[in-house]
Amino acid sequence: MTLDLLRFTTAGSVDDGKSTLIGRLLYDTKQVHDDQLVHLIEASLRRGGEGALDLALLTDGLRAEREQGITIDVAYRYFATERRRFIIADCPGHLQYTRNMATGASTADLAVVLIDARHGVVEQSRRHAFISALLGIPRLVVAINKMDLVDHAEQRFEEIMAQFATSAAQLSGVKDITYIPISALQGDNVVTRSERMDWYEGTTLLDLLETVDVSYDHPDEIPARFPVQWVVRPPAATASAAESQSTNGHHTTRHHAQDDPDYRGYAGTLASGALHVGDDVVVLPAGQRTSIAAIDTFDGPLEEALAPMSVTLRLADNLDISRGELICRPNESPAVTREFEADICWLAEQPMRPGGRYVLKHTTRQAPAIIDSLLDLVDVHSLERVGPPSELNLNDIARVRVRTSAPLIVDPYDSNRRTGSFILIDEASNGTVGAGMIRSA
Amino acid sequence: MSAVSTPTRPVLSHLRALESEAIYVMREVAAEFERPGLLFSAGKDSLVLLRLAEKAFRPGRFPFPLMHVDTGHNFPEVIALRDQRAAELGERLIVASVQDSIDRGRVVEETGPRASRNRLQTTTLLDAIAEHNFDAVLGGARRDEERARAKERVFSFRDDFGQWDPKNQRPELWNLYNGRIRKGEHVRVFPLSNWTELDVWEYIEQERLDVPSIYYAHEREVFERDGMLYAWRDGAELIDGETVFTESVRYRTVGDMTCTGGVRSHAATLQEVVAEIAATRLTERGETRADDRVSEAAMEDRKKVGYF
Repeated sequence: MTLDLLRFTTAGSVDDGKSTLIGRLLYDTKQVHDDQLVHLIEASLRRGGEGALDLALLTDGLRAEREQGITIDVAYRYFATERRRFIIADCPGHLQYTRNMATGASTADLAVVLIDARHGVVEQSRRHAFISALLGIPRLVVAINKMDLVDHAEQRFEEIMAQFATSAAQLSGVKDITYIPISALQGDNVVTRSERMDWYEGTTLLDLLETVDVSYDHPDEIPARFPVQWVVRPPAATASAAESQSTNGHHTTRHHAQDDPDYRGYAGTLASGALHVGDDVVVLPAGQRTSIAAIDTFDGPLEEALAPMSVTLRLADNLDISRGELICRPNESPAVTREFEADICWLAEQPMRPGGRYVLKHTTRQAPAIIDSLLDLVDVHSLERVGPPSELNLNDIARVRVRTSAPLIVDPYDSNRRTGSFILIDEASNGTVGAGMIRSA
Repeated sequence: MSAVSTPTRPVLSHLRALESEAIYVMREVAAEFERPGLLFSAGKDSLVLLRLAEKAFRPGRFPFPLMHVDTGHNFPEVIALRDQRAAELGERLIVASVQDSIDRGRVVEETGPRASRNRLQTTTLLDAIAEHNFDAVLGGARRDEERARAKERVFSFRDDFGQWDPKNQRPELWNLYNGRIRKGEHVRVFPLSNWTELDVWEYIEQERLDVPSIYYAHEREVFERDGMLYAWRDGAELIDGETVFTESVRYRTVGDMTCTGGVRSHAATLQEVVAEIAATRLTERGETRADDRVSEAAMEDRKKVGYF
């Protein structure tokens, strides 16, 4: 068994049928309820459809979006099959593309890049693939849509596949690209195999989504990282006496260490890897050595914790540890540093300039940060790095050098998305203005 | 092209993954805010929130009080469970009352057979947030409930009027939540953002949580209006042609009695309820919430002015 939850993102440009594809996935997996269906039929008729369901209308969002017929912001959709649950981050392809794509991609294990079979690979498809790779999504599905409008021609599919493969040479970190010819409008190769494209021997989109590996599937292959989030202390003696008189006994008897007034547990979510009772560990940034005495949960103690579980660790030695410190194994420590290079996606209207000061949030730690220099801008059209810019504007992507007032405990983003990522917060507006991926420390 | 996984050792069920994410969100709130509160109505979603809070903070105390906005028209069975759970947990419960808001002249009661206190709750909620200086309010809303909620952030910023601006939300990347605010502003936090209605029921089953009896099929005096079955209560007004009759019903959501409809059902056990939800052909809010039927953007409009 693997994790039966897959988070994926969809991206496409305005007219390549992304909303129809999501509508098709929901409709063909029987996720559309009767009241939604009635709504859909009425809306389809209002839009001038002649009896045919406009599945794109299933994912309509806010009032302004319905009025303008576009998607403004990332929306999250949910569906389930017998084999898996799915969370779709549905990203608009036009407005604010970097900002929205990066947001959706940050939590995804897979990206579906949509290409209109009539137009082939266009700038936006390459940009979507680039941002997916930048944000560390290991798997791309290139869904070549509207095959019904190119006579379901195998030759057209192969042309586009070759086109995409050429530009995919730029995509570092992508382990795996799968090409699927589909028609979201008619349902071919989305959930049901296409009879009109019997030359295609690969999997349907849903089959792939149901069986693809997710990032937490191999906890033994990646070093354990446990950012301390919260220190658990028992209630004062009087409070615990009152609690033990509660009418429903099982709440107070399920955890074993509760009566210990010296209880001190370090709560957090395992960002990666696995930890076991008895493991030798080191606490960073100070570097104290100790071992894991117990792994506590409300449901009882565990011998082993795997990412992404939320647990409470007790340590063999009495150390004074607080939020923001990180527990890992001694021979596989991340870097402890106040300076590093990172790729930044700039998310705000006001530009970022060299010397800019921000609050940086990384794992469970915050620190003031200064952008020392802007090193290399990505041209969003050619996707090539074109040298140092004077400032970063909304939706720009660039390599920068960052310095923080306190040490961070970091891994390169390529090896760990949790300990390699950070956000920048503007101190004046409190807005989230930048998303960063650490490249070298 | 080999994206298909080779079998690995067991990891987590999707419920455990969602649980872990929600625990993480709650601990972030505890660590990053000075005065958080948790909205607790004893409805199914907020009962799940309480269990998650136990998992996040025991053997410590909850780092926040519980708060209920009581319309005065709530189901008595639900109020009883609310008080029982708060007492069992030994945690503080604040009750903010819509009746008080009416008595103090903050809001004016609607009249007529369709009168509801649903809208009035927003004022009571915002007044209570101000009175208790809450800088973060945890709630049980889910993105699958409604189209405006699908774009909601996990940490959802509210200005000093309590307003939500859907076009100006903070980008939310990875699990790095931005909780920075100025005085007078607050953040609504939704740990169950990625849960569906079925996930909630499966979790209730897995955790063996008590839920109010109105979620199970029971005989009740009801009247039918706009295709929904409303509970008959003292003071309710009928419109011409409506009659009160007895029916076996169950509730899918627990809201104010004046705007929450029951569904015909014989699902009398948790297992039967889970099976019924899994097989249902109607959405939760579409089937049972009159407040969402006002217009296509009813929820969006209420959220903008500060609703839950």
